[in-house]
Amino acid sequence: MNDVSSDMRPDIPDDYRYAPSHEWARVEDDQVTVGISDFAQQSLGDVVYVELPQVGDEVNAGAEACVVESVKAAADVYAPVSGTVVAVNEALEEAPEMVNQDPYGDGWFFKVEPTDLEEMDDLLDADGYEQHCESEADED
Amino acid sequence: MAERRTALYDLHVAGKARMVPFAGWSMPLNYGSQLAEHRDVRGAAGMFDVSHMTITDLAGADARELLDRLFANDVGKAVPGRAVYGVLLNASGGIIDDVIVYGRDPGYRVVSNAATRDKVLDWLRVHAADLDVDLREREDLALIAVQGPNAMSAFCGATSMDVSDLRPFSVRERNGWMVARTGYTGEDGVEVALPDDQAGTLWQRLSDAGVACAGLGARDTLRLEAGLLLYGEDMDEATSPLESNLGWTVAWDPPERDFVGREALARQRSRGPERVLRGVVLAGRGVIRHGQRVETNAGAGIVTSGIFSPTLGYSIGFARVPRGATGNCLIEIRGSDIPGRIVRPPFVRQGKQVFK
Repeated sequence: MNDVSSDMRPDIPDDYRYAPSHEWARVEDDQVTVGISDFAQQSLGDVVYVELPQVGDEVNAGAEACVVESVKAAADVYAPVSGTVVAVNEALEEAPEMVNQDPYGDGWFFKVEPTDLEEMDDLLDADGYEQHCESEADED
Repeated sequence: MAERRTALYDLHVAGKARMVPFAGWSMPLNYGSQLAEHRDVRGAAGMFDVSHMTITDLAGADARELLDRLFANDVGKAVPGRAVYGVLLNASGGIIDDVIVYGRDPGYRVVSNAATRDKVLDWLRVHAADLDVDLREREDLALIAVQGPNAMSAFCGATSMDVSDLRPFSVRERNGWMVARTGYTGEDGVEVALPDDQAGTLWQRLSDAGVACAGLGARDTLRLEAGLLLYGEDMDEATSPLESNLGWTVAWDPPERDFVGREALARQRSRGPERVLRGVVLAGRGVIRHGQRVETNAGAGIVTSGIFSPTLGYSIGFARVPRGATGNCLIEIRGSDIPGRIVRPPFVRQGKQVFK
């Protein structure tokens, strides 16, 4: 099993953008793939259930798009950019633990056809997100 | 205020535990995966640092008298070498705490919750004021629970203590250790109170014997599957044992024993409690959580605790519901009514589903 969840220092890859609410976004072929960060999955603990949006749903940047439930709590997942959901990761229904094991890969949540790709610029880069995580960790 | 640390704190940190504040202590929530730790305990053996719990030794000529007044179960069953589970009640019959009383020779040991430490110690002291009782909190002791189908063999192998003949709720003391065949997981095992300075060695030896570290998270899912209640969530000072599925822990005989709360509890018993604690299982997807509303055939109730059950693969919980509530129910989860069912706990014992 991937040991990432026991490593207290979260993985924050450079080639992703991040929302302060701990979702990541990544542009591939003009679509934006969305998931939750390593910091988020560590904070939540084992994910047991993901309530995904439906293909065709409209999502708005900063608004609730779906829900992730862990052994600890239920958490809203906010859309980092606005647009139309064009794909969801149905594999999470059978294997929600992929969110813990591979948050930036197989643990992705949904893909959006963005209305305005420039919204990506409003998100944090890896350095900015790392500082944001440190400030949140200090509040604990 | 800085959180208190148990004797095992450094080992938890070295073991990459996620440490969280809990009842004034810094305690391990998990060591990576709560689900894996849960399965370790159900399938083999796990160990929990529960040194945050409050250990109080009672000695003196009137120790029995004090517990006769305050403990709703029969202290007479706590003969030396035996342990008895029960509750302390306030005058209205509300639960001050749930405790285990261990019979010693002479005296008793009371293990109560961490979150209730101050009020329980005050309660004991106030009622001991006019009695000959020597009350001593044992902050020098650590408490380790070893639980799971392999727990007994691992514990006996890791120590020179052969306790394989101990019956459930029996206790053995030696060289400052108290080993009791009790637990909070629904599995076989022991709970060991021992001097702080020996706790690390036992922890290490158990680890070498293949016992997995398990945190408070797994402890919660294990206890809930086992149908065991958590003070502060499933019961509190506003709820009685009759409203908490704990009527079996109240010793009504002898009738002349006038324990605190008896009168109020007897009144509630004669008219029947309006609310009772039941199990709920979720038929739909989602996770039952504390505070959610439950709609039953007999009226509305409320979830007192809920989890995703790793053993069963769906969500289960406890709910306080109107007496007579039975069958199907609806649980309001984030604004949606999800179908569920009312059952009698426990849910899981020794790895198997037991409710109908």
